[in-house]
Amino acid sequence: MSPVLRTVLQRLGLGVLTLFVVSIIIFATIEMLPGDFAKAILGQSATPETVAAFQREIGLDRPPVERYVEWFVGVLRGNFGNSFSSVGALGGGHERTVVSLIAPRLANTLFLATLTASIAVPLALVLGMLAALYRNSLFDRTVNFVTLTSISVPEFFVAYILMLFLAVRFPIFHSLARISSDMALGERAVRSALPVMTLVLVIVAHMMRMTRAAIINLLASPYIEMARLKGMSAARVIYHHALPNAWAPIATVVALNLAYLIVGVVVVEVVFVYPGIGQLMVDAVSARDIPVVQACALIFAVAYILLNLLADIVSIVTNPRLLHRR
Amino acid sequence: MSVEFEKDRSPTGRGAAEAGAAPAARFRPVPATRTPLQSAWRELKRAPMTAWFGLVVVAAYVVVAVFAPVVAPYGESEVVGNQYESWSERFLFGTDQLGRDMLSRLIYGARNTIGIAFLTTALSFLIGGLLGLMAAVLGRWPDQLLARVVDVLMAIPQLIFALVLLSIFGASVINLILIIAVLDSTRVFRLSRAVAMNVVVMDFVEAARLQGENLGWIIAREILPNILPPLAAEFGLRFCFVFLTISALSFLGLGIQPPTADWGSMVRENATLITYGDVTPLLPAGAIALLTIAVNFVVDWFLHKTSGLKDER
Repeated sequence: MSPVLRTVLQRLGLGVLTLFVVSIIIFATIEMLPGDFAKAILGQSATPETVAAFQREIGLDRPPVERYVEWFVGVLRGNFGNSFSSVGALGGGHERTVVSLIAPRLANTLFLATLTASIAVPLALVLGMLAALYRNSLFDRTVNFVTLTSISVPEFFVAYILMLFLAVRFPIFHSLARISSDMALGERAVRSALPVMTLVLVIVAHMMRMTRAAIINLLASPYIEMARLKGMSAARVIYHHALPNAWAPIATVVALNLAYLIVGVVVVEVVFVYPGIGQLMVDAVSARDIPVVQACALIFAVAYILLNLLADIVSIVTNPRLLHRR
Repeated sequence: MSVEFEKDRSPTGRGAAEAGAAPAARFRPVPATRTPLQSAWRELKRAPMTAWFGLVVVAAYVVVAVFAPVVAPYGESEVVGNQYESWSERFLFGTDQLGRDMLSRLIYGARNTIGIAFLTTALSFLIGGLLGLMAAVLGRWPDQLLARVVDVLMAIPQLIFALVLLSIFGASVINLILIIAVLDSTRVFRLSRAVAMNVVVMDFVEAARLQGENLGWIIAREILPNILPPLAAEFGLRFCFVFLTISALSFLGLGIQPPTADWGSMVRENATLITYGDVTPLLPAGAIALLTIAVNFVVDWFLHKTSGLKDER
């Protein structure tokens, strides 16, 4: 087996193991619930019978391992169980599955993330490379100052400034990103312009700084200096010597920042009332709707782990030292 | 580092000896060694503008936070006017959604938000730093175990993990501090373990071990003094991160709870004003932003000075 394939398989195995352990952690959080939790959910007036029924409903009368296996198998089949919001109306109200709550919102969040990534990634890479190539120039210093400032600032600050100037003072965009599934794609994109812009600003700052650092690091290595000293053209140095070694750090930068997007999306969705999974999670946390929180957390965690795994694998596959073993 | 120490310790001893020998010898008198305060001032004079800006801003925040009751015109949760009054002589920044003075809330917010973030960071350093150093010194299975646990904990995005734990334990200040401190200590663990690893292999640590010193001595007297500068810089960065996380959670309504004045929740409570083109809700957000930028500037300068990091960052 080639060394590349073996390393990749190793990383994949490790990734699957991490996913498994993370699912246990997320599931196990429910074990840490305080004893009077049922009362807190059902209200102080709940009778002992209702409390007992609720506990049976969420399965607290059975051993944790059994419940975990059941939950895990359900998750693999795309069944995350029922939301507490339906349990609250025990006997009466119709059941609401977690999937029915999450599915439409997940699509919205993916739309937002894809739109952001497709703008942010090329922009950040180009800016980062330019800043690295023209290091210590006015351009570099300006970009550095602006990005350092914008990564130090909370996302909601950026979001509200954009909202104030681009939606209220000068009504160019919609201040609230209310979108629904029956809108056309273009209409949806226009309405989510401000959340996308906010995320792009924050992500580009991070990604650009990391790209710049990675490239500078690379350009400082002796073999680049050698290539320059023997009179090679600048373009050839970049394309033939620097770039093959740059793929790995760049892939890491991109994946890390897309993972960062996951966190940023939560706050930005709340600011712009964007009907995505981040807002759903925040609402579920305030209502202490544990099954929904668990499902959202699992989705975010899986995305995060997969992106990191992807970065790992890309950096292995493009590593010239592994590809051309002596 | 060691040179610095020598300089600071010697003023009385060497200075006195030199002064006594001066009249007889033909050497020029050696100027007295600088006290720590003087060398600090010397460094400050050479500090760039950004570092000065950062230091002044941080100092101002601390003063406001400490003397909040003296500085603020009204009480923290005192209802003094109608809701959403505009900026005036009486209420410099207007009033909030319940008719409380915005300026007073901002001032008290400095105390609460910065205090809680600082406490959390300190706790996170206590946990993460101690475990990291222990892992580095002990090695073998304790190190492996801690490192793997931290790996798994770090595989979940921090804000998401915090949200899950908050939904379980409920949103309160104590829970918030504990949860964020534990989650953030994973990052501190990584760093302190990594920097301590470089020191653990040195001869003087080996000597201390052979001498029979216990774990506490090795950590506190042999390793800690040598890794203090990177840890101090990290403290600044972690503080920013914790501060932003807590503000974000408060903004989401899951962090510091009303009626405590806090910048994150103030943005949330007054956000509707934005849609009328009013900048008031941006004030607390701006206060958060300004402090994090200031701390970042100071840390940048500090890193530049203490490590060989001359060009990058």
